[in-house]
Amino acid sequence: MTTHDITLTVNGTDHDLAVESRTLLVHALRDELGYTGTNVGCESSLCGACTVLVDGDAVKSCTELAVRADGAEVETVEGLADGGDFHPIQEGFQEEHGLQCGYCTPGMMLSAVDLLDENPDPDDEEIREALEGNLCRCTGYQNIVNAVQNAAGQMSGAVADGGKEMDLTREYPTGDDASGGDSA
Amino acid sequence: MSIDSIDPDDVDAADILGSAIERREDPALITGNAEYTDDIELPNTAHAAILRSQYAHATIEDVDTSDAETMDGVVGVYTHDDLARDDTPGDLPFLIPVAWQLPSLNDVDHPMLADGRVRYQGDAIAVVVADERYLAHDALDNIDVDYERRDAVTNPSDALAGDAPQLHSEGDRNVAFDWEIGDEDKTDDAFADADNVVEFEADNQLLIPNAMEPRAAVADYNPGTDELDVFMTTQNPHVHRLLMSGVLGHPEHKLRIKAPDVGGGFGSKIHHYADEALVAWAAKHLERPVKWVATRSETYLTDAQGRGHETTAELAVSDDGDIEGFRVDTKANMGAYLSTFAPAVPTWLYGTLLSGQYDIPAIHASVKGAYTNVPPVDAYRGAGRPEASFVVERIMHLAAKQLDIDPVEFRKRNFVADDDFPFETEVAVVYDSGEYEKPMDEALEMVGYEDFRERQEQAREEGRYLGVGFSCYIEACGLAPSELAGQLGAQAGLWESSLVRFHPSGTVTAFCGTSGHGQGHGTTYAQIVANELGIPYDDVEVVEGDTDEIPHGMGTYGSRSAAVGGSSLVKSAEKVVEKGKQIAAHQLEADPEDVEFDDGTYRVAGAPDRSIGIKDVAGQAYLAHDMPDGEEPGLEATSFYDPDNFVFPFGTHVAVVEVDPESGEIEFETYVAVDDVGNQINPKIVEGQIHGGVAQGVGQALYEGAEYDDNGNLVTGSMQDYAVPKAEHIPEMETGSTVTPSPHNPLGVKGVGEAGTIAAPQAIVNAVSDALDPFGVDGVEMPMTAERVWQAVNEQASADGSGDAAENGGEE
Ligand code: FES
Ligand code: FES
Repeated sequence: MTTHDITLTVNGTDHDLAVESRTLLVHALRDELGYTGTNVGCESSLCGACTVLVDGDAVKSCTELAVRADGAEVETVEGLADGGDFHPIQEGFQEEHGLQCGYCTPGMMLSAVDLLDENPDPDDEEIREALEGNLCRCTGYQNIVNAVQNAAGQMSGAVADGGKEMDLTREYPTGDDASGGDSA
Repeated sequence: MSIDSIDPDDVDAADILGSAIERREDPALITGNAEYTDDIELPNTAHAAILRSQYAHATIEDVDTSDAETMDGVVGVYTHDDLARDDTPGDLPFLIPVAWQLPSLNDVDHPMLADGRVRYQGDAIAVVVADERYLAHDALDNIDVDYERRDAVTNPSDALAGDAPQLHSEGDRNVAFDWEIGDEDKTDDAFADADNVVEFEADNQLLIPNAMEPRAAVADYNPGTDELDVFMTTQNPHVHRLLMSGVLGHPEHKLRIKAPDVGGGFGSKIHHYADEALVAWAAKHLERPVKWVATRSETYLTDAQGRGHETTAELAVSDDGDIEGFRVDTKANMGAYLSTFAPAVPTWLYGTLLSGQYDIPAIHASVKGAYTNVPPVDAYRGAGRPEASFVVERIMHLAAKQLDIDPVEFRKRNFVADDDFPFETEVAVVYDSGEYEKPMDEALEMVGYEDFRERQEQAREEGRYLGVGFSCYIEACGLAPSELAGQLGAQAGLWESSLVRFHPSGTVTAFCGTSGHGQGHGTTYAQIVANELGIPYDDVEVVEGDTDEIPHGMGTYGSRSAAVGGSSLVKSAEKVVEKGKQIAAHQLEADPEDVEFDDGTYRVAGAPDRSIGIKDVAGQAYLAHDMPDGEEPGLEATSFYDPDNFVFPFGTHVAVVEVDPESGEIEFETYVAVDDVGNQINPKIVEGQIHGGVAQGVGQALYEGAEYDDNGNLVTGSMQDYAVPKAEHIPEMETGSTVTPSPHNPLGVKGVGEAGTIAAPQAIVNAVSDALDPFGVDGVEMPMTAERVWQAVNEQASADGSGDAAENGGEE
């Protein structure tokens, strides 16, 4: 099996690794690099549990080859919090009880971040539409929609107050662990 | 109208029980720090993959594993014959057990790996263990199986027919059991004189649980100590410890089952499957950690499915609208083998709830279980109770319609009256407490029922078809007591065990034998224990889901955790408080009888300045310098709590829909759920459970269903073909609640995990039926796809010979 040397920048940390041609991005992240926050629910692009951001866009990492992500900036759930501070989407999920078992949650949050990046003030229907690729079996979605609204409110509040706009491509501390344990 | 969650720091200690505080589980889950089974990576782990039958029914002539065995990186390939020849320690019986017996049960062998015959698509034939995950899956392609196909049968009535292919050599015509409940003669009499008989015939389709995390296991064996550790996706680690110890012939005290974070269960992770046992066996055999993670396709083929009933029912009703008798005949799909608790589901968990919220003087139900060529069918969210509630609430709807009585009026007329509790039904259960009109009235208010009929009439004139559907469900949770469960066939007790342990510094760890998988037990249990001990919520840590940490338990299913596990914690905490009282009295130089405990402090009655806090008492208990005579040091207590009775939550769910008869599409105008689950420990978590439950009920009503072709192939074998509802498919739900505490447990709680799933389907079917009343349609089979709705309208139209249905209906 041919292997390829690739570089993935995950949550701001550069990783050089060798992957097989067929290695999926989700397995490179989880098994090679230890970012196990990204979950696998269906390995067929249908459930969204494995959603990560690749160069800022929500991507289902179970059907993306790792080699295709060579050189990309990948963001996983482990990178959402800024040091000890939760990202507004994390706050939203916690405050609105937007999760139960939490298995869909990392993917849900990253899809929501992508949505809010494009549409900072979505209505409920737009949120439900934007999350159509992310399945949750526990919550019934209502509190997930509320969680995204909550995050949208926090983020627009931050801008309106002259606060720092959420910067999804912010600089991360580099050079630290490759274990993926770089979250709050 | 949703409940706002509260930061626990903003809640007074005295108010912690009953507050909608945020969950303490969430920080790990939202940062990626949670640890699910597949996240566990032990050094030198090998990966297992399982070869599954591609046919639903076949004789296996030969399995050739030689090519797979020689592949680089493949560590071993095993079939039934390899297990039979095996000399791994332990006395392997190769069979997966059934843990619920019925007198008429025809229990058949369920081999871990197929022994010459496969009986459902997905039945396990061989297991490959390889150095890497991808390799193990590659090797499956290199195993050759010679099949001799047999005819398959996938639904119970066909399976029970005389000419059906027989699945097992034991027993007759695929009969797994033949069971009945109620008084047949009395019921026949009621029907003999009845003014009206309402008939109902319907299927309750097979569902696939689809927990988002697939089943998985990691096993690790230490040959030096003979200790076997299995980390797995389980809802009940102790039950798995017991069953697996039997299956592997491994001593129970050297087997540790640990549930790491578990990504949903809904029943599918209760049962003991061959797969996890194989992983544990392989780890022992190879003396190397082995991991197996099901693919989504495997979960479709092998997770125990739910429901699968074919039912005919009749209701005898007087002209005044009084129910006089109820007769039910059900054929239940059991799948190819009997899964862990499967025999209980269509019998004791179904037949006993056929009285619903109603005072029915004569009931008789008979249930036949059938072996078919589908995966084993077992408990799925609600387990038996949704099937019962569906039959009851559909026939209530149809009866009201047939007698031309308002459906609300008809139900209220027949409700068990408030002063009749405890109420003994004709089907062997005693309802603990209830006030059935209260949630009904609140729900009516929330949907604006008073004006609804007028609105409906107006809409019809405009060619729009609105419908309202009711579901006044009842549920039985916290199956108990153990003695009764034993009489009913359980092969285990149904108590719950806990341990509340003070540490010398004054913090507490509470251990419970339940095992949450998304329900937020860490939060609710800490609320209970903090309240009982009068100490800060943050001082209580909760541990569950690990047989090494908490020696005994029964697990989480059937909405038993709060009622049985929570009550066990109360009992343990009470024992701690009592022992603390002895120590406090000694130190305060008072008679224990004069010492009162309140808010975390022991006080001498009448001398308020003579007091000591429970944390200080704990410190003293461990210091043990100054203890009452005969008192042991330390401050902890265990309890095995065995409830007196089940608890019976209830409520009314109402769906208001608009149906387009020309396209068959259904849209929700509103969905209202008013539930009475007794006292609520954390209303936010209660609301979340209701939302999630309703969503699964909506899934059953409108989208979900396992379908098999004539050869027994699963045609809904992926998320592409089996519609797990998405965000845009689930309506905005309005929830409300009433509170009727259960008199049977110290918390007054009932149970909430399954309520929504039990209640929702028939509310929605009834609403669609109400909407399509002008077309003469009185029901549509679930899942009510647009096509089915459209067909129902048109078939009715052609039956009436009235041409185009939509137009005709519109003219009525
Ligand atoms: S695991 Fe990738 S979409 Fe389901
Ligand atoms: S929280 Fe369990 S799947 Fe979404």
